[in-house]
Amino acid sequence: MAVVKFTLNGKPQTVDAVPAMPLLWVLRDTLGLTGTKFGCGMSLCGACTVHINGQPVRSCVTPISTVAGKTVLTIEGLSADASHPIQQAWIEEDVPQCGYCQSGQIMTAAALLAKTARPSDADIDEAMHGNICRCGTYDTIRSAIHRAAEIKRGAGASK
Amino acid sequence: MSIPVNRRTFLKTGAATAGGLLIGFYLPERNELAAAATDSKLNAYVHVGSDDFVTLFIHKAEMGQGTVTSLSMLLAEELECDWNKIRTEFPGVSPEYGPYQGVVGSQSIRTSWEPLRRAGATAREMLVEAAAQRWGIDKSRCRAESSEVINTATNARLSYGSLSEVAAKLPRPTAVALKDPSQFRLIGKPTKRLDTHDKVNGRAAFGIDVRVPGMLHAVVERCPVFGGKVAGFDASKSKAIPGVKDVVAISSGVAVIAENTWAAMEGRRVLKVQWDEGAVASISSAGISKDFAEHSQQPGAVARKTGDAAASLAGASKKIEAVYETPFLAHAPMEPLNCVAHVRPDGCEVWASTQGQTAARDIAAKITGLAPEKVQVNTRFMGGGFGRRARSDYVGEAVEVSKALGRPVQLTWSREDDLQQDFYRPAAYARLTAGLDAEGWPVAFSARLICPPFGGLNNGVARTGVEGVVDMLYAIPNILVDYHALDPGIPVSYWRSVGYSQNTFFAESFLDELAAAGGKDPVELRRRLLSNAPRLRTALELAADKAGWGKPLAPGKGRGISVVNNIGSFTAQVAEVSINRGKLRVDRVVCAVDCGYAVNPAGIEQQIRSGIVFGLSAALKGGITIDRGRVQQQNFHQYDVLRMEEMPAIEVHIVPSRNAPGGIGEAGTPGIAPAVANAIFAATGKRVRRLPIRSEDLA
Repeated sequence: MAVVKFTLNGKPQTVDAVPAMPLLWVLRDTLGLTGTKFGCGMSLCGACTVHINGQPVRSCVTPISTVAGKTVLTIEGLSADASHPIQQAWIEEDVPQCGYCQSGQIMTAAALLAKTARPSDADIDEAMHGNICRCGTYDTIRSAIHRAAEIKRGAGASK
Repeated sequence: MSIPVNRRTFLKTGAATAGGLLIGFYLPERNELAAAATDSKLNAYVHVGSDDFVTLFIHKAEMGQGTVTSLSMLLAEELECDWNKIRTEFPGVSPEYGPYQGVVGSQSIRTSWEPLRRAGATAREMLVEAAAQRWGIDKSRCRAESSEVINTATNARLSYGSLSEVAAKLPRPTAVALKDPSQFRLIGKPTKRLDTHDKVNGRAAFGIDVRVPGMLHAVVERCPVFGGKVAGFDASKSKAIPGVKDVVAISSGVAVIAENTWAAMEGRRVLKVQWDEGAVASISSAGISKDFAEHSQQPGAVARKTGDAAASLAGASKKIEAVYETPFLAHAPMEPLNCVAHVRPDGCEVWASTQGQTAARDIAAKITGLAPEKVQVNTRFMGGGFGRRARSDYVGEAVEVSKALGRPVQLTWSREDDLQQDFYRPAAYARLTAGLDAEGWPVAFSARLICPPFGGLNNGVARTGVEGVVDMLYAIPNILVDYHALDPGIPVSYWRSVGYSQNTFFAESFLDELAAAGGKDPVELRRRLLSNAPRLRTALELAADKAGWGKPLAPGKGRGISVVNNIGSFTAQVAEVSINRGKLRVDRVVCAVDCGYAVNPAGIEQQIRSGIVFGLSAALKGGITIDRGRVQQQNFHQYDVLRMEEMPAIEVHIVPSRNAPGGIGEAGTPGIAPAVANAIFAATGKRVRRLPIRSEDLA
């Protein structure tokens, strides 16, 4: 067991865990943050995506020991009230069906939008390739990412 | 009849401990509004709170197909409640909701269409009667609108919340008139989902997200060979893993129980189990295929006999024969299977994302020996189901482990467990023969179908093995369908669209072969053969028209069409593909569907797209193969699915209809594989007769 300190959704967090324990299970089972989903355990489906120091990362293959001193953002911390442009766009476009993959889709898309203000379809293909959706919401995800970029630009302009 | 509920407490603790799952309460002020509310039960589906919020009880389950929204629409339409003041809840299993609660066969709307409108109307009438009594007038002088009853003479208004307690004590009307569809305000309008908000902020409670105080986590090591049994095990290394609490044998294998899921998985990794692998250890996919081929030489059990196909074939001007084959398929829902169970001496509680609440209750009752009414099933959102969650094996496992430990346990399957221990869409084989007359029109059609059976045999025929061919609507005068129930011991079950998933590929691809052999346009041939099936023919014509059928395409591109009548709906699809340097891309899919009255057109469009993507994943990539009784695919790297960049442009066109609603969740799936295969033929002249479509089949 090892004590690991990191920043989680803007607040300091300390956990005592087996160093190899993936961040996913620390979040879900130790800390009770169940918004981040288990899908494959091998970084193959994207359902467990969180941000570490702003980068989209698969938490299912990220040992907790490697998170020490870093900043972790999960779906619960993306916004307090589903007001992030990606979440707003997801609501406008009615994206989720079963919804299980959507935390990971949203976190991946939010990282894309943070890096690329006006993502092209090719940017979306590249960024979202690793996020599987079995309900087939890909086309509404694409529309919603474009919409989120508009929302973000609009919000920026009004400030 | 009035049930006081402290909603604030309920909201706080509901997700973890209470019977129902609250969803859709996304207006933050609702918590405040609800603080002092009492809830009055008007019937099994409708409770009205003193705060004017209506709780609609959705006795089905939600796996993404939009049931929560569409069933709420049926209730709210007749209830005349304010759509912005509803909450929804999944109730437990109760005879009030019929003998079987579950979501299979795309039946939710079909079976709820009348009863739920009636439940809404009954509740409305009770509220209206309560208002009439309050005002001392006849209820014919009252009308209901937007959660209020209005006195039509004075325009005075009483809110539902102010009437609910009195209304709940009134006798329930036995006969209520339902609206004519021309009066619908809600039904038929594209309506946004009620569950979206909680599905974008991480709060939607799936089965896997259930957290119960004192809960442990379990995973199960099962025999890699189907039907194998535990001969013995050594758990010493498992128990040395930090966090592992116990290791117990259950009927499906050996369960490792730990403080968290990861520790349980680590404990399982070092578990030593000796298996008695059993007879299936000699089975492989090649052997199954060979067995299918051998049986296809012999007549099977007759599933349909129209006219005399053999005689007609003997006299036909042209005879066409082909063999088709499809693989086993896994369901692979995004949420791995899981269940929380808490077995106590006097009762059992189960929290599950399940397509079969009644079946979940019954398996828990059987394992615990408790009366079914002592088992409480708490339905949670499903992260996909596709038929897999109609099985209750994973519920039974959780109950067994909790019973052994006397504690609440969450049992979770890994993705490897999911792909390797599924009840698969059966592998199937078809030997098809047809005869054309001198003008090139089909006069005889004979199909010999072979696949593992499930769902029961009737005179040697499994409906699940022949549907999609046996019920073809084509007016071919001589049709023979026979079937071999061959069971190699690989577990099989319902997979989105069931038998249609393979048989529509067989029938609709072969029909395309007949069109080519007879020199007919594939749409023209179908149109002629559907002379007695106007609804399917209309869908065909609409899809062909919207797709620009017959318009020229660039070299390397092709269009293909398919039709299917399943789950009470009629669907046609045109796929447009391009093949560049041996690589296939599905560019566009145009789908027309007649699903009867379109309750929620937005939901229908979602489901058609979803069904097409599901079928396309299987057509392009899906395949479970067996080696020595073991599944060879372990995770998504070996069982890939459609990705963002592979998504075709999909257009959905709904045929306007006043017929009773058909199903929709499985309507889009069967037709995509043959539409794509037929498009490949149009582009390349190569006929695809096996799935998944392989690059070597394109050149």
